[in-house]
Amino acid sequence: MAFRLTRLALLACAGLAACAAPAAEGPKSASTKENPSAEPDDPYPSTYQPYPGMPTVVRNVTIFDGEGGRIDNGVIFFVSGKIASIGGPDTPIPADIAVFDGTGKYLTPGIIDIHSHLGDYPSPSVDALSDGNEMTSPVTPDVWAEHSIWPQDPGFSRALVNGGVTALQILPGSGNLFGGRGVSLKNVYARTMQGMKFPGAPYSLKMACGENPKRVYGNRNTKPSTRMGNIAVDRATWIKAREYQKKRAAGKEQTRDLGMETLADVLEGKILVQNHCYRADEMANVIDMAKEFGYKVTAFHHAVESYKIADLLKENGICSAMWADWYGFKMESYDGIRENIALVHNAGACAIVHSDDENGIQRLNQEAAKAIAAGRRMGITIPDEVAWEWLSYNPAKAMGIGDKTGSLKIGKMADIVLWNGNPFSVYTRPEKVWIDGAMMYDANDPKKRPVSDFELGQIGAGDVK
Amino acid sequence: MKRTPLCLAATLLASLSVPALAQTIAITGGKLAIGDGSDPVENGTVVIANGKVVAAGAGVAVPAGAQQIDATGKWVTPGLVSGFSRMGLVEVTYVSETNDSTAEKSPFSAAIDVSTAINPLANPIAISRTSGITRAVVVPEGSGSVFAGQGAVIDLGADMAPITKAQAFQFVELGETGAKRAGGSRPAAYLLFRTSLREAQDYARNPAGYDGRSKDSILTRADAEALVPVVQGKVPLMVHAESARDILAALDLRKEFPALRLILAGAAEGWTVASQIAAAKVPVIAGGIEDLPARFETIAATQSNVGRMEKAGVMVALGMFTGDDGLQVRTATQQAGNMVALQKVPGATGLSWGQALRAISSAPAEAVGLGDRIGSLKPGRAGDVVIWDGDPLELESAPVAVWIDGVAQPMENRQTKLRDRYATPAPGQLPKAYEH
Repeated sequence: MAFRLTRLALLACAGLAACAAPAAEGPKSASTKENPSAEPDDPYPSTYQPYPGMPTVVRNVTIFDGEGGRIDNGVIFFVSGKIASIGGPDTPIPADIAVFDGTGKYLTPGIIDIHSHLGDYPSPSVDALSDGNEMTSPVTPDVWAEHSIWPQDPGFSRALVNGGVTALQILPGSGNLFGGRGVSLKNVYARTMQGMKFPGAPYSLKMACGENPKRVYGNRNTKPSTRMGNIAVDRATWIKAREYQKKRAAGKEQTRDLGMETLADVLEGKILVQNHCYRADEMANVIDMAKEFGYKVTAFHHAVESYKIADLLKENGICSAMWADWYGFKMESYDGIRENIALVHNAGACAIVHSDDENGIQRLNQEAAKAIAAGRRMGITIPDEVAWEWLSYNPAKAMGIGDKTGSLKIGKMADIVLWNGNPFSVYTRPEKVWIDGAMMYDANDPKKRPVSDFELGQIGAGDVK
Repeated sequence: MKRTPLCLAATLLASLSVPALAQTIAITGGKLAIGDGSDPVENGTVVIANGKVVAAGAGVAVPAGAQQIDATGKWVTPGLVSGFSRMGLVEVTYVSETNDSTAEKSPFSAAIDVSTAINPLANPIAISRTSGITRAVVVPEGSGSVFAGQGAVIDLGADMAPITKAQAFQFVELGETGAKRAGGSRPAAYLLFRTSLREAQDYARNPAGYDGRSKDSILTRADAEALVPVVQGKVPLMVHAESARDILAALDLRKEFPALRLILAGAAEGWTVASQIAAAKVPVIAGGIEDLPARFETIAATQSNVGRMEKAGVMVALGMFTGDDGLQVRTATQQAGNMVALQKVPGATGLSWGQALRAISSAPAEAVGLGDRIGSLKPGRAGDVVIWDGDPLELESAPVAVWIDGVAQPMENRQTKLRDRYATPAPGQLPKAYEH
């Protein structure tokens, strides 16, 4: 019941991820390293370790490869966490390894949610665990979402077993213009955030336009209280950031500034901008602002009006991360339509289905199915296997991990879902989920249902959810 | 620019205020589900006359003179009923001027009556109607008391007469939300509830003598008056309770107030006390797909909740228990389809297809005591019919025609117009502000 007004609706974030491969995050230049005030390369490093897997074959299965390809009666073989071979029925299968028959089933890359707040707005949603929005200043590029992540959020397990989600990006909320750094995770339980952190994934910067920042700060009679105020504060911040970045690049000594470090990395293309933005006209303003200061917007998140400027988004190589049918919960979402995703795709721009919701993340395949159907009813026919790009490869690229996961290509991470039917049917659920080749969920085995510390020992722990 | 909406509104009002007289219609050849829990039948016929269902089934004859509509290759169902919503109370959820679901500064509680403010021209009504939702249970959200007010049942027709039943039930919060509204604890909530019902009894005994302004009284006169039919069992009491203990406490209320006609709303942990709910013969309106411990009162939440309660003999309807309750009741088909999906998940308990359709058609109607008027295609029910281009619970399906009270409904809405306006955005294109 609107017993709980969705915080997403109020403070949802949106991001921008470029479909273009991001600049690799690499070691800082030698001159930076010699600077005594320079930041460390990777102060909170990933300690993620894949769970143990075994060499596995699935055959007689319909495969969507995540890059638009479809293989009927297909075969996939993965070993040591990587995809070793994929192809038609004649694909050679090694002897003496686990073989699953996929007759009547579908196999896809694991779903990747580019916009999640699991861990930083976890369940239960009590104030004590609400850590997603540092709403004490409109400019907080210094905060990192990873430092709010509670790894015991039961939401991670639901996203895995009901949603087939194998990787996700956790973003700060959208109360601020500069919300902070986002982080990509593997969807596995670990004792620490570092144990979930996607190895080698670049960071993102969460930005927000529109109603949220101006409402939050306008209500306090502080800047910004208008959309023009939003852009003014943004621009003033980028001016400072460019100065900081220039000094840093020149190896000049300056006091470390956490926020400026993040923004300088954005200006150098090392951190990807994920920009919450609903309205077409505001996206256009942000595109111009990005050109003014020489940075790239990777994706607009929520983007309910992307269909109005799909040509502009294509021209600028900016992805749209969208819901299938949300509309009207706030003024800036008033013009949401169900054809948004299909229209963006049809214009040749990059489309992504995102959740921003701990329930929606369990059904991103269903959200894509609604978008496919809406497109088809208006004459835009997008094959199922092409639409799967919205769920894995496009978000992977926009998170800077498209070379590692998001599609079923030889040598990539074996992040895979076996579905018990066509995943675009409402009657279909994940049957098995592998992450880096390790089976993390099996619907047929109650012991293969992850239970977080929070749920352990409580009524319903280990239940099918 | 300003002329357009005004002209449109004027046209709508002119065309909507007097619904076209319903004629006799026979919809033939479709795969027909009547909404009572039974499986669909092939080649079914539905006959509607004078705005009501005359007959529906496989061997039904087409009356002479009826307008025949061929639904071969399509599916035919009753219009769907949202079991829990804010339909007609909300245009834009967070634009408070357009949101009539709650009234934080009102001195009233139980007396608040949503039927006085349903807006049939709210865009979510048309958007939901074109998705096959024809009726909705509309629940006040409340704010200052455990009593949120009087709910209504409405139709989503394109006319200016939306009320199916006003003052259809009283809504009360008795879980975490109720505790908060009563001052901070469950005991305070129950005390407020009991005291209020006793005051309503006092009022019923001597209306003129009731002093709603004395320092001992909790209720205003209007609130006391509104609770009289509740305590007398003439109007159902819908109780929002999620946890096992809150559900059992709600069922216990009848020990002190035996006439109460209870409906449970929410009931995330209902499966853990399903036999008690069934024994009490209390219907449940649940969300279905919520499976997270979103609050401590929903620790045991699972998508199997609905299936397990149904299996234990509880009648369960589906409703919209999220912040989208004013907008997204059209996802009812997706909710119901997910209940069917659970049948294929080992260890889970789902619904059959027929049960799932019932949960979004006749079950919500029955839960609020209107099963004889709406929600199914049994003879005598309102002529609410939907023709779908496929299985109505599937994500790819959509209505191709909708009737409410036997009146064919427009299949356009603001969203379809936006879609058409922006079907082919192209560089250098001029705006289409003059194309409408």
